[in-house]
Amino acid sequence: MWGRLSLDALPHDMITIGGVVGGGLALLAAVAALTYFKKWRWLWTNWLTSLDPKKIGVMYLVVATIMLLRGLADASMLRAQQAIFATSDAGPISSDMFQQVFSAHGTIMIFFVAMGALFGLLNLIVPLQIGSRDVAFPMLNSISFWLFVAGMVLMNVSLAVGEFSTAGWLAYPPLSGLEYSPGTGVDYWIWSLQIAGIGSLLSGINFLITIFTLRRPGMTLKKMPIFIWAVIGCLLLVAFAFPILTATLSLLSLDRTIGTHFFTSTMGGNPMMYVNLIWAWGHPEVYILVLPAFGIFSEIVPVFSKKRLFGYTSMVVALMAITILSFTVWLHHFFTMGAGANVNAFFGIMTMVIAIPTGVKVFNWIFTMFRGRVTFATPMLWFMGFVVTFTIGGLTGVLLAVPGIDFQVHNSLFLVAHFHNMIIGGVLFGFFAGVTYWWPKFTGFRLHEGLGKIAFWCWLIGFMLAFLPLYALGLMGAARRIDGYDASLGWQELFVVAGIGMLVILVGVLFQVLQVAYSVWKRRELRVGSDPWGGRTLEWSTSTPIAEYNFAQLTPVTHRDEFWEQKRPGHNKQAAPALTSIQVPKNTSLGIVIGMLAGVIGFAIIWHIWWLAFVCLVATIVTVIVATLREDTERIITVDEIVETEKRLRGATS
Amino acid sequence: MSTLALRDLKLLNFKTNSGFWLYLMTDCILFASLFATYIVLHGGTAGGPTSRDIFELPMALTETIILLTSSFTCGLALLALRQENLKQLVVWLGVTYVLGIAFLTIELTEFSSLIQAGHGWQQSAFLSAFFTLVGTHGLHIFIGLLWLFTMVIVLFKRGFTPKLKRQLGLFALFWHFLDLVWIFIFTVVYLMGVMPS
Repeated sequence: MWGRLSLDALPHDMITIGGVVGGGLALLAAVAALTYFKKWRWLWTNWLTSLDPKKIGVMYLVVATIMLLRGLADASMLRAQQAIFATSDAGPISSDMFQQVFSAHGTIMIFFVAMGALFGLLNLIVPLQIGSRDVAFPMLNSISFWLFVAGMVLMNVSLAVGEFSTAGWLAYPPLSGLEYSPGTGVDYWIWSLQIAGIGSLLSGINFLITIFTLRRPGMTLKKMPIFIWAVIGCLLLVAFAFPILTATLSLLSLDRTIGTHFFTSTMGGNPMMYVNLIWAWGHPEVYILVLPAFGIFSEIVPVFSKKRLFGYTSMVVALMAITILSFTVWLHHFFTMGAGANVNAFFGIMTMVIAIPTGVKVFNWIFTMFRGRVTFATPMLWFMGFVVTFTIGGLTGVLLAVPGIDFQVHNSLFLVAHFHNMIIGGVLFGFFAGVTYWWPKFTGFRLHEGLGKIAFWCWLIGFMLAFLPLYALGLMGAARRIDGYDASLGWQELFVVAGIGMLVILVGVLFQVLQVAYSVWKRRELRVGSDPWGGRTLEWSTSTPIAEYNFAQLTPVTHRDEFWEQKRPGHNKQAAPALTSIQVPKNTSLGIVIGMLAGVIGFAIIWHIWWLAFVCLVATIVTVIVATLREDTERIITVDEIVETEKRLRGATS
Repeated sequence: MSTLALRDLKLLNFKTNSGFWLYLMTDCILFASLFATYIVLHGGTAGGPTSRDIFELPMALTETIILLTSSFTCGLALLALRQENLKQLVVWLGVTYVLGIAFLTIELTEFSSLIQAGHGWQQSAFLSAFFTLVGTHGLHIFIGLLWLFTMVIVLFKRGFTPKLKRQLGLFALFWHFLDLVWIFIFTVVYLMGVMPS
């Protein structure tokens, strides 16, 4: 009846039990608070069933933040183990658990933090920046979000019921095959990624179509804000890389459940096929994460330098070049496969080539600052930190691109240091900058500057302390993913330094939490208008708080930095079209229903509860059919209501 | 107001059509991954049968003809839709449906005879890849038939709504796309599979 599921699936060791109890208590506290303050209906109608991208975006960011905290907790355990206990056998973390922790850390940080933050920002910013009222398919957007949540829940359920994968964040076979990982861990990994991945794919389609069909009249491709160009690159990669992930995970899952032989080492299977496929998705994925960060910085630098972006066209060309090139380098993740000198040379050269457009972008940002009136607000600090860390990471990346060197440092901590340099320094700093920058647009108040700056310096110094030693350790021969090493190797001092770096980062995170809490508390004093930074693009032209329909009139656009031009004296204002009534989508619970069903399907397949999977699959199909048959999905906002809303919102800010 | 409604409808049609096209492209990548896997694992027979031992061209050719014909009748249905000719539309959609069922039946017969002969997907990597590639196409056909079925019911209930017209257009795209994928399957899996090496 219940497949593989039994009471044995509950956790046994103290650390996991602690995590489960802690998480459970936090959840219970949230439920209790919602009940006590009678906020359930508010939560349901204002948030969970809403189709407003501004709200879906906030929900994405909330989930990503919570997952960031979990990912950091995992990282702290890894650092503690390697710094303190690795030379003895007596540490609190067993080998098996250590493997689960690093697998979970990587999976969570990429899929549920970075991807969550990415789609959160896309939801918040893209419709506003292109001067649109909504995304192309609002209901699909909600379904994407709830699939993301379903994957996230499944991932965290593995803590309480069963186990997580021990095969690393990309689960290479044959280790992830049935023979070496017979438990449920790899299945949890597969299905949480599969469900969230389908959500990402649908979002990718949705936002690309949004950008291509819903731009403000007059906003030609060459007048689009640069962030939108970066997002187009990112979304093209989502659309063309995520299907590969879907296929690959399906094949691995078939190997594990119905006994196929795609990636087994026997019966004609080929494990390296998996490695090729997963990196054909995985390398573009890296750029899916970092291109939006490039876009964010390209918005921030001109605003805080009071200059227009240097080299817009070259920036666009660079973005598109990276988009295309990112599909031609996947093999550099496994030069040691033995594809031969010529193949390795090709991929090595392509990898070095991709550094050129990236370098172009760095110079463009710096030239934007040159002779500008630069203010060093927190977003700008994150940018400066990014340039330094990202350049270091880029340089070590070019080193790794040389196959000969790669053979030496392959699978070592040198590599770990390199990609953390790119992902923390590039992606994470970018998202922190973006959130700080756009925060006042959606809340009406700034984040506290002083606390933000302390947090930044902790992150930057902590990052250097935590990861620069790993380069040295990697060159000294320390492999990645080790939970123990011989004391005579003399590695411990460097690991201790890295551990201290982790502590400094944690202090930085503490200051970020403080910053948000303090800013919410002091929101009256930190209150700002609708355009606190002197913005250049359309999102700053709306009132704050933003009306549900974003813009009352869709006035044609004439400039690239449209809002900046509008604010200049002597600007010829375009005649605004007359107000008309606006259609907005009604709330619907279909997204949350489909998300829940998908989560249960995943859980049922993991535990081999086939009847439950089948029932939920049928229910999902029925729900989808019902969703497509729905009529009366729109609500009309009349002209009178718009006039009144505008008066109220504009009055509130002026 | 009516011109505005018309403009809204045009935008909606445009959005939906481009979205569906993009979805088809992503599906294309999915199939491309499966094709790549099939080609790489084609030789991985592990002592089991090779493609030359088990594939029967007449059966695959029949499937091809049936699917191509169903694409043609689907096109005729679309013409009937343009003229809002309900009777013709239902007839052609019905023929498309029956042909789709026939295709699936032949495919499943082939699968089951292979399995009964002991050549299931567990036997070798080659067979795993074969069943998965062809089966994924079959699954798409099945979903298409399900979709067609619900649309015909809605057609009887609500008549020619703009939404239904749009959906039938998308279905036709989907159906032609599956046809195209099948041409590749027929070529790469069956024709090249029986070629003497």
